[in-house]
Amino acid sequence: MSEALVASRAPGTDTSVPGVSGARQFWRRLRAQRAALVAAGIVALLVLVALAAPLLTAIEGQDPTTYHPSLIDSARGGVPVGSLGGIGGDHWLGVEPQTGRDLFARLAYGARVSLGVALAATLVQVFIGVVVGVAAALGNRWVDQLLSRATDIIVAMPLMIMSLALLAIVPSSFPRPVLVALVIGLIAWGNIAKIVRAQTLTLKELDYVSAARLSGWGAWRIARRELLPGLAAPVITYSALLVPQNISVEAALSFLGVGVKPPTPSWGQMLTAADVWYQAAPQYLLLPAGALFVTVLALTVLGDGVRTALDPRAASRLRVGTGRRREAMADAGASAGATTADAGAGTVHASSGTVHASSGSADASTGSADASATKEAKA
Amino acid sequence: MNGFGGFVLRRAIGTVVTLFAISVIIYLVFYATPGNVAQITCGPRCSPVQVHQVAQQLHLDDPLYVRYWHFLQGIVVGQDYSTGTSVQHCSAPCLGLSYQTDQQVTQLILTKLPVSLSLVFGAMVLWLVLGVGTGVLSAWRRGRLSERMLTGITLAGVATPVFVIGLVLMIVVCGQLQLLPFPQYVDFTDDPEQWAWNLLLPWFSLALIEAAAFARLTRASMLETLAEDHIRTFRAYGVGERSIIGRHALRGAFAPVIALNANNVGSAVGGAVLTETLFGLPGIGQELVHAVNVVDLPVVVGMVLVIGFFVVLANAVADVLYAVADRRVVLV
Repeated sequence: MSEALVASRAPGTDTSVPGVSGARQFWRRLRAQRAALVAAGIVALLVLVALAAPLLTAIEGQDPTTYHPSLIDSARGGVPVGSLGGIGGDHWLGVEPQTGRDLFARLAYGARVSLGVALAATLVQVFIGVVVGVAAALGNRWVDQLLSRATDIIVAMPLMIMSLALLAIVPSSFPRPVLVALVIGLIAWGNIAKIVRAQTLTLKELDYVSAARLSGWGAWRIARRELLPGLAAPVITYSALLVPQNISVEAALSFLGVGVKPPTPSWGQMLTAADVWYQAAPQYLLLPAGALFVTVLALTVLGDGVRTALDPRAASRLRVGTGRRREAMADAGASAGATTADAGAGTVHASSGTVHASSGSADASTGSADASATKEAKA
Repeated sequence: MNGFGGFVLRRAIGTVVTLFAISVIIYLVFYATPGNVAQITCGPRCSPVQVHQVAQQLHLDDPLYVRYWHFLQGIVVGQDYSTGTSVQHCSAPCLGLSYQTDQQVTQLILTKLPVSLSLVFGAMVLWLVLGVGTGVLSAWRRGRLSERMLTGITLAGVATPVFVIGLVLMIVVCGQLQLLPFPQYVDFTDDPEQWAWNLLLPWFSLALIEAAAFARLTRASMLETLAEDHIRTFRAYGVGERSIIGRHALRGAFAPVIALNANNVGSAVGGAVLTETLFGLPGIGQELVHAVNVVDLPVVVGMVLVIGFFVVLANAVADVLYAVADRRVVLV
């Protein structure tokens, strides 16, 4: 089952071979999706804030770790002085209850941790996944059996539980953010290895790879020169969806108190603190929760966009509601051919649209030209 | 061996092998640790002599494979442990004794298991109903405003970490509106009504997120089925939309939903750990977090193994169910 699911999620083998035109096509398709563009903008902003955190907090004149006891109203149980949680010119987003630490600084530095750990973890996952997947596909039967079974076992391990447990046994002297990234990366590479293996098996049979093999190229050279370019599309697609997942896991681990530890600020930790304050100062929760929500949402939408741009056929099945019209229009020409391969699903509608409209439900197609495209065709 | 029976048998053997491999890996990883277990167990104020005694008591000086062999023996036939003066018998399946409390890990897990199972299974019912229901609704109302709103909401659901929604629910429902009291776990056998009432919030926290994924999957598979030729034939014969959606399209979503449900058991257990911690439910998750914080290795290893066992088992059962639900699956 799980294999079947992964296989069905894996981008199809009919993606056009990336080259110069492939990259250009990718950007064209990505730009055509309004939601993905907005998401990309938000992600860019977040990355900017993360990178410029020291600069921004210097402008504010604060840092993430200094306590400000004078801003805390101990008579009211430790909530910040003032009505808006201490928001003002000195503290742009107010201060933390109890400690009085500057919230903007903690949020900005927290973005560094969140994004940094998630990206590093994704890189580890992709590296291991690609190496294992390619080796399994190119190796002999025993290598394949060994690596595939190992992958199955890795996939069977629940990520949260395993990382929670693994984080317990490493001495606390080890730099914590690096450790969290490593642990997530070392546990959750199974699915990407499966996708890479399946894709490599397909690519291996293609003529240009056979030609390289017949020319006497070694396995390493074939893997690097002929196979890796063909793997780019599925790997990028899957990694784009891994990043938001990793952000959630890091935040969850830090929330449980085993991830990134104080004094390093992280969004998950801020939520732990908010847990205590949920009655006295509920607004304090909104900042880390909102930051986390917006970041994961933006990255997920961007990941969806990347998938649509790289593999319109597979993505159209799971397409989300926003920005469909332009996206479908951009796709309509490009993927009319691809749809034909889609097990007989909705090819007729994609090209004409009128056939279907006559049946009274113009929007039943899940082919790449869906509801909106059909309506466009009618109009 | 061919046919359905052979497929089930091969899957069963594969499951046992996977479980064994997981137990070896987990045992080796956790007990070949760089941290000094004896020192941690004994506490920071122990003298080197005391630390040495503890190490002997826990058999930490034996080679790793000997200790793993003892561990396996414990699971199969039980084991005797000397705890200082007295000898404690730990009957099979024995997962060892807690370093901190000398309690049997198996007993500890058994006392915590009902809470976690109540949480996960209750939430599972909820996320299947909510998720599949939303998916059917948005496939039915496709192209309309209500469908766009539903897809927007489910996308937001997919993107929200479980503890964020839990915190928000807690603040709004318990804090601001005071609709529900802060959850206090009541055992089902004591008072079923209070049991459900207190678990309502945790169930929703865990289920809302998972439901979003099911809604997306249900909608996608139904739309895929709706585009197939036989549905057009049904329409041409004048079969009503309600019957097409409810009977024919829904059937196409059946197998993928089963598959996703098994795939999600792992993440749901992770979510359960967060939910339990958040709401203070005395389940396995909360105990695991505690054991991790005090580096109580036997408890950590035992719990990870038990959770791994459930996840692997769920996957195997789903494989079989999937094959039953969708005969097109190639039985390999």
